[in-house]
Amino acid sequence: MSLLTRKHKRRGAFLAVILIALAAATFLMLRAFNENLLFYFLPTQVKEGQAPKNHDFRMGGLVLKGSIKKDGLTVHFEVTDLHNSIPVVYKGILPDLFHENRGVIVEGRMTGPDLFTADQVLAKHDAKYQPPEMTPAMKKYMQTH
Amino acid sequence: MVAETGHFALILALLVALVQATVPLIGAQRRDAALMAVAGPAAIVQFLLAAAAFFALMYCYVTSDFSVLNVAQNSYSNKPLFYKITGVWGDHEGSMLLWELILTGYAAAVALFGGKLPQGLRTRALAVQSMVSFSFLLFILLTSNPFLRLVPAPLNGQGLNPLLEDPGLAFHPPILYLGYVGFSMAFSFAIAALIEGKVDAAWAHWIRPWSLAAWCFLTLGITGGSWWAYYTLGWGGWWYWDPTENASFMPWLAGTALLHAATVVEKRGTMKAWTVLLAIITFSLSLLGTFLVRSGVLTSVHSFATDPQRGVYILTLLGVVIGGSLALFGLRAPSLKSGALFAPVSREGGLLFGNVFLSAALGTVLLGTLYPLFADALNLGKVSVGPPFFNATFVPIMIPVCIAMPVGALLAWKRGNLQLALKRLLPAFLVAAALAVCVALLMAGQGRFITAAAAVALAAWILVGMLTGLAQQIHFREVPFKTSLQRLLKLPRTFHGMTVAHIGMACVILGITGSTLGRVQNIQIMHIGDTVHISGFDVTLKKVRDDIKGPGYTFSRGTFDVSSHGKPVTVMYPEKKHFTVPPEDTTHAAIRTTLLGDLYVVLAGHDAKGGYITRIYYDPFVVWIFLGGGLFAAGGLLSITDRRHRVGAPQRNNEAAPERKTS
Amino acid sequence: MKRFIPLFVFLALAGFFYWRIVLIDKGDMPNDIPSVMIDKPAPAFNLPNLYEGKPAFASSGLKGHVTLLNFFASWCVDCRIEHPFLSQLKGHGAVLAGVDYEDKNADGQAWLEKHGNPYDTVVTDKDGRTAINFGLYGVPETYIIDKQGIIRYKQTGPMTPDVIAKTILPLVERLAK
Repeated sequence: MSLLTRKHKRRGAFLAVILIALAAATFLMLRAFNENLLFYFLPTQVKEGQAPKNHDFRMGGLVLKGSIKKDGLTVHFEVTDLHNSIPVVYKGILPDLFHENRGVIVEGRMTGPDLFTADQVLAKHDAKYQPPEMTPAMKKYMQTH
Repeated sequence: MVAETGHFALILALLVALVQATVPLIGAQRRDAALMAVAGPAAIVQFLLAAAAFFALMYCYVTSDFSVLNVAQNSYSNKPLFYKITGVWGDHEGSMLLWELILTGYAAAVALFGGKLPQGLRTRALAVQSMVSFSFLLFILLTSNPFLRLVPAPLNGQGLNPLLEDPGLAFHPPILYLGYVGFSMAFSFAIAALIEGKVDAAWAHWIRPWSLAAWCFLTLGITGGSWWAYYTLGWGGWWYWDPTENASFMPWLAGTALLHAATVVEKRGTMKAWTVLLAIITFSLSLLGTFLVRSGVLTSVHSFATDPQRGVYILTLLGVVIGGSLALFGLRAPSLKSGALFAPVSREGGLLFGNVFLSAALGTVLLGTLYPLFADALNLGKVSVGPPFFNATFVPIMIPVCIAMPVGALLAWKRGNLQLALKRLLPAFLVAAALAVCVALLMAGQGRFITAAAAVALAAWILVGMLTGLAQQIHFREVPFKTSLQRLLKLPRTFHGMTVAHIGMACVILGITGSTLGRVQNIQIMHIGDTVHISGFDVTLKKVRDDIKGPGYTFSRGTFDVSSHGKPVTVMYPEKKHFTVPPEDTTHAAIRTTLLGDLYVVLAGHDAKGGYITRIYYDPFVVWIFLGGGLFAAGGLLSITDRRHRVGAPQRNNEAAPERKTS
Repeated sequence: MKRFIPLFVFLALAGFFYWRIVLIDKGDMPNDIPSVMIDKPAPAFNLPNLYEGKPAFASSGLKGHVTLLNFFASWCVDCRIEHPFLSQLKGHGAVLAGVDYEDKNADGQAWLEKHGNPYDTVVTDKDGRTAINFGLYGVPETYIIDKQGIIRYKQTGPMTPDVIAKTILPLVERLAK
């Protein structure tokens, strides 16, 4: 083998490594994009049937005043965008910043024609996690409340 | 008066920056020693001026001079002195000033301690650093001046927010900035090298300590931030993949790749263009981290909306600095021809492999962070990219890096022997396999026990693999023990640093695996006297005291007795605070940390019937994440203190540096 | 050419960010929760005056003139940032009405005493009922309501001199014609 072809062969090996890394990254990202993107909807959009039927999504709005009912660890409340509201059920501990009339984001899915089951409830700037879609409102709360 | 002095010092610094950015550069092009000599003293003067401005602002804070707008907005006369001082960098203006102070500080350090640097490189690097500094001073003076007066002065300030008075929040920014800004030195050296058209072993040798210092601070900043979140937020989470965290993690990934790539340039004289590009990318991501997060493009557009001018300026600044340097890179990169042959199976081959995968991982984080912005702007819907995305992309890409880590470390430079290396790693493989079987048997039947077993095996593989490398270096069991010990002490500290940092990776993997796959979590309503059994502990709620008075808040405190197999272990006191101004609740978990795992008890509130809602976790090995982060930083520190960084660089030439016998 | 790829990638990103900031500058905040109240009639309300004995303010009083409805509170930090600029809104043909949101009357009065009272009328929304009807997400927030009582614009967060000069005053003057 001449030096030249050997050099070419080596180049080939490097290119292969780089291509494999790129392909793996792209593949994983596309797959993750399909499965793990959480779209965000307002209750009105959910009412209009825009939200996915068999996929998790996020719903944001205000906690409707007077709608919070606690039964042990299970909490019922309604999320409203001031036009429509959707009842939500959640089992677990609510964040410190969960209050009536305040901004909230629930993550979960529709489990009935008019019931959203939440796996996660995010309120305002809670737990350091700021969902970008709620941030303008949340930032204000952070500064004002 | 003091505020005006500070303002004036900033203006003077701007002028000095202008001189430092131009005169030495002209001098270096013309080989005029007198003009080049301006760089050093100018850098020191600029630093002193920035320090004067910084301390002027601090003085205004300490004396509560509310005629200064910035102080009036962010401080309060009754604030404890400590928080008055740390409040200086609590907001945008002050933190920009801190940024500038650190930037000029690094330049002054190069001027003072970089005497052995080749003069051309040093002069040009200082000039480039000063160009960056000039842009920031201009930015501060035009859009973020902290010394603006407020007439008439209010009687008191508005910065009364006890929630923000937290030692973690106070120290986090300076450490993070020391990291971000530290990469400016690697950047300046890279640009200087592009101007000179010369990247060689000496160059790589010189950017190493600066990049290492920056990397150590950034590691500490990220680890500290993560620990703070774990400790104070009350949810037991240590990493949320939120844009703010990603913004500090991306330069860290790029910086890690840079450190490894620079080693290849130093030892073998190849991968030059890539290393220069990485230096530019790392600093660019640091800028992105500081500004786009601070000013909110990433997390919220709200702060930009209140001052779009500032946003446009930041963007222009980023455009000029990053765009300019990438254009220069495009123009000059062809002159950075790599000399040496490059064999795939070799240390440099291993480092390249790591670099490629680290970059791919960086790419996924970048895309995941920016995607919601793209989607929103292109009307694809409002989307959030949460932890599942990153776990499904970043983690798998990092696995090959971790597997390759001990192998690469055992390969020789130039041409390695893969078979021999693998043979040496046989014990590591056996230990890993044995542990995997143990974990699988222990956890059998539980959800993701195979993943857990594989992850523990990976951690063991790295740990034993790195120790194998160390044993090989000291000829462990081949020569008398005493000789081995002597060899151990004589090994260059870079080698120890490398070993320690890589073992840190094993710790981090163990911690992440334990806390994500092994976490046991109980949420329940407890009444006084109730006991919860969790991971071998019996946690009993003894009493809860409500409405205890604290400064500016009232709080409830629970008392939980913890015992194990009938023997008392500890008593834990989680709290829930209720602040009056601003009205807000905060939860304070009680945590019992051991190397085996953390017991985490949270008092979340009470239900209508007199029961208390509690959350009790057992997080196996979680503390190893933070210990691992500490080992990263310790490894970096060991490496900086290596003798060759103190003695000086190899002579400048276009060949690779002579190899050290030991590595 | 290959060497310039990083530059092109960066320029594309920078262009994107620039576009985004320009969007924000125009007031179209891409991340904001879309306000459902724009171009809808203002919800009915009848709020008592912050000062006892002074007249209340009701939605029926919106007709015939442009109204700037500014929600604020004494406990709100951003309101203090916005407050000095409120006087710039005067003299452009609009009624500047303040709504003290979820606050004690005494606190609101003391706050106005201290920082100045630029409002033509100040009412109080103690239970935040009216604020909910308006779709308030936080304070401060300002609504521009036209002569027919229809909400034409909503400013979330503090008004800066820039926003006042570029967005709010031109709109007020147009609506007041």
